[in-house]
Parts: sequence; C-alpha cells; structure tokens
Amino acid sequence: MDAVTRRRFLLASGVAGGSALVAGAAKLSLGGLLRTASEASASEDHRKTSKLVIVTLYGGNDGLNTVVPYASPAYYAARPELAYEPERVLRLDDALGLNPMLKGLSSLWGEQRLAVVLGAGYPKPDRSHFRSMDIWQSASPSGPTSSGWVGRWLDGTKAAPEAAVSFEPMLPPLLAGETRTGACVSVGGLKLPPGVTADMVGALGHREPNESELQARAADAYANLINIDKLIQHAEAVSAPPEATVQPDSPATSTGGSNVLSAQLSRVAQCVEAGVPTRVYSVSLGGFDTHASERVGHEFLLRQLDQALASFARRLSGTEAGRQVTTVVYSEFGRRVRANASDGTDHGTAGPVLVLGSQVAGGLYGEQPSLTDLDDGDLKATTDFRDVIGTLLASVLQADPARYVGGGYQPRMLPFLVRD
Amino acid sequence: MADDLALLLRRAGFGPTAAELAAAKKAGYEATLAALTAPTAPDVGASLAPVPVLGPDPFFRLSNPTAAQRAKASEERWEQTQRITQWWLDRLTVADHQTREKLWFFWHGHWATSVRKVMRPQLMLLQHRNLRSSLDFAVMAHKMITDPALVFWLDGESNTRTAPNENLGRELMELFMLGIGRYSERDVKAAGRALTGWRIDYDGARTYFSPAWHDNGAKTILGETKNFNAHSLVDFLLKQDRCAAYIAERLWFRYASSSDPIPKSTRDAMVAVFPNSMSMLRKLFEDEAFRATAGKLVKQPTEWFVGAMRHLGLRPGELSDEMSTYVLNGLERLGQLPFAPPSVEGWPAGAEWLTVGAAQARLNFAGRIAQLVPAQRLTPEDVAHVLTIETWTNRTYSVLKATTDPQRLLTLGLASPEYLVT
Repeated sequence: MDAVTRRRFLLASGVAGGSALVAGAAKLSLGGLLRTASEASASEDHRKTSKLVIVTLYGGNDGLNTVVPYASPAYYAARPELAYEPERVLRLDDALGLNPMLKGLSSLWGEQRLAVVLGAGYPKPDRSHFRSMDIWQSASPSGPTSSGWVGRWLDGTKAAPEAAVSFEPMLPPLLAGETRTGACVSVGGLKLPPGVTADMVGALGHREPNESELQARAADAYANLINIDKLIQHAEAVSAPPEATVQPDSPATSTGGSNVLSAQLSRVAQCVEAGVPTRVYSVSLGGFDTHASERVGHEFLLRQLDQALASFARRLSGTEAGRQVTTVVYSEFGRRVRANASDGTDHGTAGPVLVLGSQVAGGLYGEQPSLTDLDDGDLKATTDFRDVIGTLLASVLQADPARYVGGGYQPRMLPFLVRD
Repeated sequence: MADDLALLLRRAGFGPTAAELAAAKKAGYEATLAALTAPTAPDVGASLAPVPVLGPDPFFRLSNPTAAQRAKASEERWEQTQRITQWWLDRLTVADHQTREKLWFFWHGHWATSVRKVMRPQLMLLQHRNLRSSLDFAVMAHKMITDPALVFWLDGESNTRTAPNENLGRELMELFMLGIGRYSERDVKAAGRALTGWRIDYDGARTYFSPAWHDNGAKTILGETKNFNAHSLVDFLLKQDRCAAYIAERLWFRYASSSDPIPKSTRDAMVAVFPNSMSMLRKLFEDEAFRATAGKLVKQPTEWFVGAMRHLGLRPGELSDEMSTYVLNGLERLGQLPFAPPSVEGWPAGAEWLTVGAAQARLNFAGRIAQLVPAQRLTPEDVAHVLTIETWTNRTYSVLKATTDPQRLLTLGLASPEYLVT
C-alpha cells in the first residue's frame, strides 16, 4: 500500500485515531436523499419549511470554559490552571465571554444570530455519560424510556424515515421512536453488489408473519433503503463531500460521537439547499470527556466546533432554504467547577446550550449558575433543558411540546426564536 | 431439539459449520454443552493463529524524537494495530474452542478500551493477554484495575493523592462491576481516591504502584469505611451482591436477549457459580429460559463476519492485502472494529445494528465475501445448509429462487434477515 492509500485506510478504518465517518462510510445514499427533493417539490417546496439541526457533543463539554464567567473570582480560584484571563475571552456582556477559540461564534453573536441558554440541566443530575445522554435525548429525566423526543415526534406525525436523518455512524436514541426511526445517511449513492438489484433488496424487505421483531426490523432496513431510493425521480448532480481533515489521536476517553463535524454539516447544508423533505438532522462531535490535560484537547475541540458551525451558518444565511434552519448545540453535562489536579475536570452538571441561525433572537437566556452556591461542588441548573426542547418542538417543528417531551412535563417557552 | 442445538451453537460461538451442527445433533444437547464449555482436546485450530509478538513500541527510547522519527513511529504503530486486529479476526475464525474465544471477545466489549486513545498496540495486546489468562471474573477484575491500557484509557495515571481523577473509579462501578446507579457520587469520589498511586511505565509496558502518590486516608465506599486501595476496593466490590448479578445480566444481554430482562431464577443459577464466567455461561445455556430467546439477538458485525468466514471455509489470515483492508474498513462501516470500541460502554446491541446505513454496508460487504468463493452450482437449500439456517422464510426463499448465480445467492443469504438475527 502506498502512503496515500494507507492514510485513506487509516482515516476510513479509524484504527489510529482517524475518523470513522469519512467519505466511504456506506450508509444510505446522500445522492438518493438529495434527489428526493425533486420529487417532493411537485407538491410542496421544502425549501420553505423550518428545519432543526441538532449537534450533540459527546463526553460532557466543559460549559464553564465554553461560556466563561470571566468576572467571577470564584472561577479563577476553582481552576487556576484552566481558567481564561479576562482579556482573552470574547465578551458577551460584563460577566460572560466565549472561549477564545470561538471566534466564529463570537461574530455570529455580534450579528445577533447566536442565543446562549445558560445553566441548562435537569433535576437530580446523573453523572453517567450514558444515562445522562439518554436523559437529554429522551427528554425524560424521571425514568428510562426507550424512545427519543425526535423519535416520538416521528411516531406522532407518522413521518417517513427521511423526515429525520442522522449523519452519525450509529442511529442515536434521539431519533428512535416506538414505531418509527429516522435514517442514517451517508454519501456514495445506492451501491449494490454486482448482480444484486434494487428489486431483490426490496423483496428482502418484506416482513413475514410470525418472524421475530428483530428479524422483521432487519427486513425493514432493506425496505427503507429501497423506499428512500425510490423517491428519486430525477438525478441531481451532487457535489462531492469535502475531504475529511486528519485528526490527531484523541486525548479523551471516547464516549461516542463522530469527529468530522464540518463534513457532516456540509452534507446537511447540501440537503437543505436541495429542498430535501428532512425536518430534523442529527450530527455530532465526540471527545469532550476531558479528565486530564483538558486545556489543549478542549481548545482543539472548540476550534473544530467553531469552524464547523461558523462556516455552516455563513453558508446557510446565503439562501432562503438555509435561513429556515435553526441549529442547537448541547452536551450531556458540564464538568465539575473545580479542576482536578491532572488539569482536567470530572463529570459535572448544568451547561450552556447554544442556538444559532437566521431565525434566532441572539442574546443570553436564563441565568448563569452561581459559582459560590454549589451542589456538592457542582453547578445548580437554572434552566430545565426540557424548556429548550419544548421551544424547538413548538417553534421549529410546529408540534405540541407537551406531547413529545417526556413525563407529562409542560415546557416553558423560551423566546430565543423569532418567526418572520 | 435440533433448533435448540443450532441456537446453542450460534450463541456460544461465532457460527457453527454444517459439520459441527451435524456432530452436535448426534451427540445431543448435554454432551454438546459440555464439549463447548469444557473442551478436553487441545485447540489445534487456534494453534494456526498464535498470539503475535510485536516487539517494543516504535516510540521506545525515543526521548526527543524529530518530526520524521515521530511520523515513522506513528506509522509503525498503525501497522502493528492493523496486524493485531487482523490476527484476532483470524484467530476467532480458526479456533476450535469457539465458546472460549467468544467469551474473550465479550470481555473485550465489557472492559471496552480503545486503541484510538491508548495508541500503543503493545498495551492493547497486553490487555488482551490479561483477559485471556483470567480464568474467572475475580482474577480478571484484579488484573484489569492495574492493566496499563485500561488505566491509561480512563486516566488512572493522572489520578493521584493530590490530583484526584474520577474517570476510572466511576466506570469501574458503573460499567465494569456493579451497574449504573448502584452507588452514590460520594462513592465515586472515594473509589477514585482508592485507585490513586498507579503509574504507567510505558517502555516496560507495565503499571507500578507509587506509595507517595497514593491517598492513604480512610475512604467510605458503599457504607464501609477503611483505607481502601485498588485491590481491596476490587475485593470489596466483588463481594457486593450486585456484582455477581450485574455480570449475569451482562452475559444474558449479550448471549440470550438484548431486550428482555433476565429471569430471576436464571440469574440466581448464574450467580451461584460466580465468579467463574464459563460456568455462568454454562448455567445460562442449561436454562429453560435460554431456549426461549431464539430471534432475540442480532449478530454483531464481527460475529457476522467471522461466522461468514467459518461457514464459507475462508480464513481472514489468508486474504489478499486489498481484501484485508476492505475487511477492516467494512467492519468500521458496520460499527465494530475490534480493539476500537466506540466508547467505554462497549458496542451497542439489538436493533441498533439494523439501520438503513448498515443494511447497505452489509450488502456490499457480503458481495465482496461471496466473490472469494469459487463458483459452483448452488440452490437456495444449499445456501441454507452452508450457512446453517434451518429454513428460509417465504420472503427470502422467493428472492433466492429467482437467481441461479452462486455468488448472488451467497450475497443475499449472508445479508438475509434470517442470517442476521439469531
């Protein structure tokens, strides 16, 4: 193997810190999804419907070093090696500023297209990555549920699989409903082995009476693969996805998530601009479990996040379809206020949620948690995260929030979105 | 009865060959189970794929490497990682003691550690040897708590008396020994303190204990107060009722059903033989409840690939370089590359493997595998025999019946819902 092939393999296989979700990841065809637009446009122009992009940061993003309380002496006392000097932060107001790596987000703030929801969390915070992520994705802090809030919305609206699309390698619980799930999509077109036709694959997709539920779901996957491809009537030229950038080895314990956010977001932009009927997109960035030597690793991740979000926002603001998109960025929890002595932070609680887009009313929402009134060393949440989800359901998806948020919770609407 | 045997063989190993299934039917359930869980003959098959010897880490004694030296050493690490991954796939395929090999693969997913952070294939292989040489869960837990790859993966070396780091202590309780929610946040912090003092000697590929880094104070964990250290903490957790029950639940989840809870009587039977994990498996396979779990598991991608190799008489170790590369890429696309679990929680299970994207990846992967088989006349019945599928559903049968091309038949058979779900 020559060096280039090796490098490609390394990236595609992820063996040595490469990224899993690069061009080759064979999921449902992006070309196919894009081409759904042309058929759908006969009845409805999907460029005019509002859409939601959900960015999941896996691993527990350090909220205090993302939105920095630079005026607080307690912040500097708790994490002397990790704290940012007041002159370095990108100021939001006289108390809070963005991490110096977030230059693109800072300019969106200047254009009033960035909303920061402060102190988002839930009662009785769970510090397990996996339980806490389930809580966020299911919007149900009280007990386990087997469906995500987008999945329940798919159930409730009897949506087609392409209504919610994930660009992550595995389907996140967020998009899993009781009866329906979103689709995992990637680039490459519907490629089948030699001699195997779409009809054969479609025929493998029929459910049989008396087969086990899992076997039936295995069949469904083939049916969905072909169904979505069948929506294609007229091929539409698809620009190649951007080359993935080479990633260094990860400094953090992996807790899931993909590493090529900008590639995922650029696929989202392509779909949006082509008028694909998808209403919800799920993308992710992993690596935020920064227990040690946090500064370098976290800055690297925030720079990646910033570049990906800023170029996405810039691109979307240029088209009418793009201006219908609202993007929300969250993580399963923040980190502990006090740094540990390996210059990292352990699992904490509440953190900021970022919302950006042309429809967003920029500004701060909610209240920054106190750094002196702590719950056993952790921030006390000031905003229930279900209010954020409820607002997105109501404003972006025009759905009844109480119906899809778990546990009978009645979300309080936050005014971070403005409709034309 | 025949169905029970096929289920047993499929769950215990990576896919029985037609000959193995026929032999098992002759021997009966009890004798087959005994042979699976306590094989008497040496593993001749496995001897074809001995554990590789890697030599030192390419960064060994490079105290201040130049950029070129670093690049070269990183490249070598990557080649070594590729080598051990391909070796393991080969070993899983050729080993006769399938139940043991699959159990070690299970433990890799349990103490899920990824080379993507650990970076050093030597440490990954050492962890692999540590898992293999642990005859029961208690021995394994003691080895793992000071295993360099796991310690590094969960930041144990940066957990010191003056610098507590909770990562390893938390996952020890949540994912490895007790299960989520069986402890408080105070227990997590105290467990972290108990685990202080272990450092890693990278050149020696070992951990060592540094008393000066250890927190010698009293710690209160799950109501007990004493001067816990790594090994006394593991001993203490092993004695918790929850530990044996949790391991039984994990085995059930992976070997019986990823959706239904373990029946209490099954769990009790397994707990009674804790910490011997092979005995726990045997109790599980003997249980009536196990026989009712047909159709309740989805083959994990590695299991699917290794099973296909076994059924078709192929060896990963004998594939061309190009195909070997394709295999690693294919497993990554399907979501399961050995030595690189996606998170410390290990790999998912059940319907999570059945996404639209995986369906397409699997079809193409199956197509490539089918091309490795020399062309021969095949009927749908032949394909069922080779893949040890009892009967096709009408759906799949009618798809297979519509073609006579052998490679197409094998491709569709390997991708069929009947082959994916056990």
